[in-house]
Amino acid sequence: MRWTWFHKLASPPHFYRLAGRLTPWFAWPAFLLIVAGLYGGLVLAPPDYQQGDGFRIVYVHAPSAWMSMFAYATMAIAAAIGLVWRIKLAHAVSAAAAPIGAWFTFCALATGSLWGKPMWGTWWEWDARLTSELILLFLYLGFIALRASIDDRERADRAGALLALVGIVNLPIIHYSVYWWNTLHQGSTITKFGKPSMTFDMLWPLLVMFAGFTLYFGAVLMTRLRGEVIRRERDASWLREELAR
Amino acid sequence: MNLPEFLAMGGYAVYVWPSFGLTLIVLIHNVRAARRYHAAAREQAMRRLAASRKQP
Repeated sequence: MRWTWFHKLASPPHFYRLAGRLTPWFAWPAFLLIVAGLYGGLVLAPPDYQQGDGFRIVYVHAPSAWMSMFAYATMAIAAAIGLVWRIKLAHAVSAAAAPIGAWFTFCALATGSLWGKPMWGTWWEWDARLTSELILLFLYLGFIALRASIDDRERADRAGALLALVGIVNLPIIHYSVYWWNTLHQGSTITKFGKPSMTFDMLWPLLVMFAGFTLYFGAVLMTRLRGEVIRRERDASWLREELAR
Repeated sequence: MNLPEFLAMGGYAVYVWPSFGLTLIVLIHNVRAARRYHAAAREQAMRRLAASRKQP
């Protein structure tokens, strides 16, 4: 197998330009999908037979929760690649994904709380799903704080990567928490195997939102990565040429 | 369906609208923060470049 494409991809000048070109290809589809998903979820989908219109919170809650885990997986996998193959760009991906993931985690917790109050009668409950998601937020904040506290970038990269990898154990715990423990939280609506427990008019806006949020993450990640690459490459000659343009 | 009925969200308005509003704020904030981060990095690098030109 030839690895030249990989080395080219991981070379900072090439990646910096590629990320800039890719951003609109993520951003515009994301924007259109999110608008379509919002319209589908708020207007077209029928009210739930048990939760009435309150169920519509799912259209922002579930995609946020999905992104909170997707961003963490991205961060941890990039961290592993950075540790094993010593690719600096991989550490940059890790660092760029963290704040976005932290915001999605916050969003999942806050919208979950707003959903829990009318349906469960409480804003918060120390049950498995909610607590493990809160731990995810602390992992993100810990990762960000740890990186910020170490001046030497290479050491910050390695220390952060280790924390990200240790924390990945939390992802299956979040996912399976609704099966492993008695919890207020409902089980999965969409499963890979078997039929989703939702009618199609309710389901499609949710799937559209999932796709939109994922592409949105791609767009924001690309922009943050460009900033990361500049900060890491500030004395490189390609950057002089790039900035002079 | 008319507008007031839509806005009432079957009595769940105080939970539904803040959820959507908050999510939109977070989405917009993330984009703006990322753009600022990139722009700040560029600017900092430019200043560094200009300073290094003055003192070779």
